[in-house]
Amino acid sequence: MSDLVKVTIDGITVEVEPGTTILNAARQIGGEIVPPAMCYYSKLKGSGGKCRTCIVKVSKGSEKDPRPMPKLVASCRTTVMDGMEVLNITSPEVLEARAGVVEILLINHPLDCPVCDQAGECDLQNLGYEHGLQKTRYEFERRTFDRIDIGDKIQLHMNRCILCYRCVFTADQITDKRVHGILNRGDHSEISTYIQNAVDNDFSGNVIDVCPVGALTDKTFRFKNRVWFTKPVDAHRNCSHEKCNGKVTLWYKGDDVLRVTARKDQFGEVEEFICNECRFDKKKTADWTLEHPTHIADTSVISSNHYETFKPLPVIKENLALQEANQRELEKTFKI
Amino acid sequence: MGRKLLLEHINVPGINTLEVYRQKGGYRAVEKALKTLTPDDVVEEVKKSGLRGRGGAGFPTGMKWSFLAKPEGVPRYLVCNGDESEPGTFKDRYLMTHIPHALIEGMIVSSYALGANTSYIYLRGEMMPQIRILERAIEEAKAAGWLGKNILGTGYDLELYVQPGGGAYICGEETALLESLEGKRGNPRIKPPFPAIAGLYGCPTVVNNVESIAAVVPIINDGGDEYAKIGIGRSTGTKLISASGNLVRPGVYEIELGVPVEEFIYSDEYCGGIANGKRLKATVAGGSSVPILPANLTLKYANGEPRLMSYESLSEGGFATGTMLGSGGFIAFDEDQCIVRNTWNFSRFYHHESCGQCSPCREGTGWMEKILHKLEHGHGTMEDIDLLWDVQRKIEGNTICPLGDAAAWPVASAIRHFRDEFEWHVKEPMKSQSTNYGLANYANPIEKASEEVKS
Repeated sequence: MSDLVKVTIDGITVEVEPGTTILNAARQIGGEIVPPAMCYYSKLKGSGGKCRTCIVKVSKGSEKDPRPMPKLVASCRTTVMDGMEVLNITSPEVLEARAGVVEILLINHPLDCPVCDQAGECDLQNLGYEHGLQKTRYEFERRTFDRIDIGDKIQLHMNRCILCYRCVFTADQITDKRVHGILNRGDHSEISTYIQNAVDNDFSGNVIDVCPVGALTDKTFRFKNRVWFTKPVDAHRNCSHEKCNGKVTLWYKGDDVLRVTARKDQFGEVEEFICNECRFDKKKTADWTLEHPTHIADTSVISSNHYETFKPLPVIKENLALQEANQRELEKTFKI
Repeated sequence: MGRKLLLEHINVPGINTLEVYRQKGGYRAVEKALKTLTPDDVVEEVKKSGLRGRGGAGFPTGMKWSFLAKPEGVPRYLVCNGDESEPGTFKDRYLMTHIPHALIEGMIVSSYALGANTSYIYLRGEMMPQIRILERAIEEAKAAGWLGKNILGTGYDLELYVQPGGGAYICGEETALLESLEGKRGNPRIKPPFPAIAGLYGCPTVVNNVESIAAVVPIINDGGDEYAKIGIGRSTGTKLISASGNLVRPGVYEIELGVPVEEFIYSDEYCGGIANGKRLKATVAGGSSVPILPANLTLKYANGEPRLMSYESLSEGGFATGTMLGSGGFIAFDEDQCIVRNTWNFSRFYHHESCGQCSPCREGTGWMEKILHKLEHGHGTMEDIDLLWDVQRKIEGNTICPLGDAAAWPVASAIRHFRDEFEWHVKEPMKSQSTNYGLANYANPIEKASEEVKS
């Protein structure tokens, strides 16, 4: 195949379709070299580029123009060129800048993980463990907002929001009409609705799934249980909604279904969006056909019953720098 | 006396009207371009002139024009960026207030060169008087047949619109400007694609500063080669400098690029020296975003040669000992000014104006402002200075648009060159509230260059 382009990420070469972003090329390789993404969502057009956690160093632009890119680039929005060489976890510069971004994301984020429903499946929590400092260097008052109920099923906790814009894109692209958006600018910006409008349409519940932090939470699940005490099971039903095919994950505690979410892939992204009826109203086992326990990555706290060992990719054995970087990443995982 | 191209007739009474502007040779460039030149010839002239973007980045205008994609059947747009809001810069406002027809004439010639039939002048919302002036001028030009259908019988159509913005600094960034012009929230777009490929409404677009567009007029009148003779090296032509601060005669000056900085500050032709007989402590040479320099480095390079007002000369020495010409907002500080307070003021501005799209800038600018507030008011510690340095380093280069860099550079350079003064604020918290650090050694000739180039 001649129309594929070759890109090397941390010494691992992969051939991808032209127009693929660096992040997606890294996802095709998989493993530790995949940059974290807080705002990019492969199912949402136009998302990405905002949180800057996925920044990488392009050490060689392409075969034709081998100059390195002058700045670190957002891997989720930079497309690969033939012969491009990218450094992610093998570049100390990238790791330092990423740690800086994580620190900056956390300065206004309340550390209320003990009472946050997202804890255990929160991207920012994972990032904070892996890249964050033990204590913050920020000593000023954090910005605070009141909690608002947007509709009867969703609560918005703006303090926790990292302004990834994912829920805005979701509402634009999945639902019929967007009624919430970003108000104000700079660090006063907030997600809100026009004069406390209710977010109310068949697919509005998906904003909960796309939220990388605990800013948008399911009111039917609030404070019911910690996610790592619940058991996820894949299930489906014949949904009457034309756009929803009823494939979900049920989260059990004992015999009770505590919440219903869409199925997520290994990068924490929803596979197929589900309708509000499936999400909020069908909470009995009788409503569903069960399939099998959901596969959860062994690095997640939810995976207490899944036993898998860390299997490094074969190419890593030949690459010393990558081996070291992988070892560092592994140690961080053990910390969790 | 240096040559004046843009402000030659600025003092003629009634120059803001079409009649007087015509008498002084106005709209000659339109006649020459539309009747005798092809659009490509105009682009070629501008390339030859070596004109560089006057909005801050200094990118060659002719080159930018030649990058414009020209697909069949898709309209192209020229957008004039009049969102001038950089602290210290007020040259475009001055130009538009007094000679609005210079901009309109430039717009017609530039639009013709690019093949745009609809062009926009995007003005900052606060510039209400200038919006009225421009609209009146456009009406005059239209009535006289310089705009509209079939201009001068050449078959070229052009509609020109003035669009006020909402008054946001970020909308001076070209992609944020285009978003705002489309009626959306003024967030910068992620590049690529560049506006030359997909800009306004997804069509190829060129965004130019007011002064760059006005400078096209003398280029067409006299020819690109003639224009390139003015100036020095790759900094050709004349540049409007908005001088402010502790100067005897602050204001907008048109200089030939290459005037020594010392001459610009002290000669009677320009600023006339520092006000009240005081001594110069520091300057910001190109608007608040560029690095601040102490007096000794402003006037001379680290190796003792005199510094000139040009793109290359001001950035000589990189960020360690140089600065940038930027948008030409020249701010002078005398010995009684507090650099810490000024840095705090600048970062307060960037905190207020950050759009909040990408995280380092959104959270980092606020953080820097708070640390600087603490230092300025005598509550800081030595660690705060190091923290500040670290925070600015985390912002610089990691953001979508240059606002993050613009917020980081003044802070970085203030710490780099004026660390003594920051430390004095920590060591003498009470004294720093009532007195100033003074000139210290900032105007002393530099003895050893190696000492200055630390970071």
